[in-house]
Amino acid sequence: MATIRTNRQPMDMERAHIPQGEVHVIPERCKECGFCVGYCPEQVLAFSQEINAKGYHYPVLAEHKEDACVHCGFCNLICPELAIFTVEIARQGGSGSAGSQE
Amino acid sequence: MTATSAVIARDHPNDPLLRSDRFPHILCPGCGIGTVIHCYVEAMAASGVPLDNHVCVSGIGCSGRAAGYVNVDSYHTAHGRAIPFALGIAIHKPELRVTVISGDGDLTAIGGNHFIHAARRNMNLTVVCINNFNYGMTGGQAGPTSPRGSITSTAPKGVHDRPFNLPDLARAAGASFVARWTILHVRQLRDAILRGLQKPGFSFIEALSPCPTNFGRANDLGDGMAEMEVYRQRCRIVQELPGFDELDIDFVDEERPIAVGNFVDIDRHPYQPVGADAFDNVPNGTQRVHHPVGEE
Repeated sequence: MATIRTNRQPMDMERAHIPQGEVHVIPERCKECGFCVGYCPEQVLAFSQEINAKGYHYPVLAEHKEDACVHCGFCNLICPELAIFTVEIARQGGSGSAGSQE
Repeated sequence: MTATSAVIARDHPNDPLLRSDRFPHILCPGCGIGTVIHCYVEAMAASGVPLDNHVCVSGIGCSGRAAGYVNVDSYHTAHGRAIPFALGIAIHKPELRVTVISGDGDLTAIGGNHFIHAARRNMNLTVVCINNFNYGMTGGQAGPTSPRGSITSTAPKGVHDRPFNLPDLARAAGASFVARWTILHVRQLRDAILRGLQKPGFSFIEALSPCPTNFGRANDLGDGMAEMEVYRQRCRIVQELPGFDELDIDFVDEERPIAVGNFVDIDRHPYQPVGADAFDNVPNGTQRVHHPVGEE
């Protein structure tokens, strides 16, 4: 999914708070269905090079996407194995966020 | 290696709602039943009803495994008899929120009569029907929801029969809440199950799910991701219950949209047994005597 490019900014951009998430994975549960990797709206995830005990490639963070998770929780809810979830953390760096954590 | 590892966890935040010692579950990669179970436990936690008051009943089939994975009182009943079993619980213990999670074959073929009569009486039940268009557990035989023209192991030249139109069937039989979502619409599916749990009367939620091992492979739909892509491209959200033909699912005609949405949400008087307090006044002689198992 390409990033939306626009010259205009939303009026509440200054107040908007874009959360940052931290992806947690339980590799041994994963069966490599690909739902989380395929439907992450920020394309944060990729398949691992390693395999788990059952021989599946579990999700890892994609290249240059280490801070890109916005804690939307879609991967958590769509995972049939309950093998992935996100936790909200304080945003590091300035990109994307204009509001405070509270 | 260019990718960085995510934080490795041992437990999921929803593990207390599930029998997580049984995970990973037996369902195939790409199957959507796990997602429906996940949406159900999230709705259960959000419903405000204490976990002790939730009951999950399921029948036979892949979807019947759902009752074995949720950490509430759950029952895995005989084939097609999930609804009558749940009715018994719902009538005798009205304070419990009884949910039936089962498959399309179990609920509408083997248990078809139970389904329409529970909807007719508007019983206090939430029925989640996981529709994967075939009998997945037994090898992909044609079921009552197999779309016309689809290839199954018992219809190698394509299914001739018209499939059941489950939302229309539930509405015609008198259900108070009727929804259809796919497992790609996870938030809507969770909210629909939550609505069903909170609403008195018969709630029916159809969850379209990929079955890559049997239905997807036989029909060249590809793996679970490919079948999800079909849903993503062809699903159209509608607010009102569309016409009978519009609700039909057709995998052969690729132009045909799949209607999803919360179709019916009406208030009808839920079922009340005649003389509901009559159970308290049963003469002693006719009361059931409890026989502990193993004692003669």
